[in-house]
Amino acid sequence: MHIDMDIDIDTDVCIGAGQCALAAPGVFTQDDDGYSTLVPGRRDGAGDPMVREAARACPVGAITVSETVR
Amino acid sequence: MTETQPVAFPQDRTCPYHPPTGYDPLRTDRPLSRITLFDGTPAWMVSGHTAARALLADPRLSTDRTHPRFPAITARFAAVRNKRAALLGVDDPEHRAQRRMMIPSFTLKRATELRPRIQQVVDERLDAMIAQGPPAELVSAFALPVPSTVICALLGVPYADHDFFEEQSRRLLRGPAGEDVMDAREQLESYFDALIDQKDKQREPGDGVLDELVHQRLREGEMDREELIALALILLVAGHETTANMISLGTYTLLRHPDRLAELRGDPALLPTAVEELMRLLSIADGLLRMATEDIEVAGTTIRAGDGVVFATSVINRDEDVYPDPDSLDWHRPARHHVAFGFGIHQCLGQNLARAELEIALRSLFERLPTLHLAAPADEIPFKPGDTIQGMLELPVTW
Repeated sequence: MHIDMDIDIDTDVCIGAGQCALAAPGVFTQDDDGYSTLVPGRRDGAGDPMVREAARACPVGAITVSETVR
Repeated sequence: MTETQPVAFPQDRTCPYHPPTGYDPLRTDRPLSRITLFDGTPAWMVSGHTAARALLADPRLSTDRTHPRFPAITARFAAVRNKRAALLGVDDPEHRAQRRMMIPSFTLKRATELRPRIQQVVDERLDAMIAQGPPAELVSAFALPVPSTVICALLGVPYADHDFFEEQSRRLLRGPAGEDVMDAREQLESYFDALIDQKDKQREPGDGVLDELVHQRLREGEMDREELIALALILLVAGHETTANMISLGTYTLLRHPDRLAELRGDPALLPTAVEELMRLLSIADGLLRMATEDIEVAGTTIRAGDGVVFATSVINRDEDVYPDPDSLDWHRPARHHVAFGFGIHQCLGQNLARAELEIALRSLFERLPTLHLAAPADEIPFKPGDTIQGMLELPVTW
């Protein structure tokens, strides 16, 4: 069994607080406009245990983490 | 919820880092209680952590303080309620447009880039304090000038004017009466009006946030002058007063917890979590205000449209379902999800900068002055009343 993680950031909702980048800097960063974005190649969370913490820290709920078991 | 007498809000703290003992009923009556404001108006107090996070992110709660039913916690707040506000005083979509312009200047990356500059400001202040002392009055010698200098550099406000704007901010946040607050507000507006003129005349813009706003947003018509003044005002006031209070009260709290201070000195890697834990415990912005624009169901109770809703962060951040033994200072608890910076779309714009300033200021202060201690009996040192941002009025120290 393998669990695939997929992270989605709703940039229409993001307020650029930077909480995700603070919690899980290996997965989240901020672009030049200040909005949250994924570190290239880390859409699957790269096994970082802080991804869910980062989603929970988001003040506007802009981060969705989904897991698929295959 | 039990039917008890509504708790009066705000109240003064008895210990500067603990919630007022008069808020105890709110702590046993989570997540929602009835309170009475200074003028007798009833309002709701949110005291549960889960409910607070949900409600602070709920678009049915407005921060538009020009609404006649928006809750006022002091007479001086009521005096300026019709003044143009920016960011915290406005709802989306106006808020979002303003915040969008601001966020590139307040990212985590930008705060990290500012660290060497912050360190330099901190070192200069400590050098001066050490050259003159001991003893020292830490608020005026360190806690206030550090964030004041940093926010001036970031915004492009001349630090030479700090006596003026620090005094007006003090009147704005703690003025004795409505008239005084109105006058302070008008003086700051005139000051920014002149500063904007000066920046507008410069052929080459400076590198401050205000320079950029004047040369890009104002000239392009994306923002009018009144809006820019309101924005500059909140950035400057919120940018120095709050951090200054965290430095003064954080230092006092550490000096009152010598074991925790020793632990932190022994392991500086604890500093980032220690800053979060201090933010949680001290909860200096202890009364975030909102007004319901629609009926909202919370834990079997209905907050009606037009009702005032107050969030006592000191009570929310001590919800024992989330933070066991909540009144203690513990560097090992996960304090991250506190609401000391607020939550939802209005969560503190400057939080990354504030964290960097607090880490550098506290670390350097205790590194340079390892024997730092209070120069007066702890319970005789004056701190701020309950109706404003919490912090120390003075902090006499020696080493």
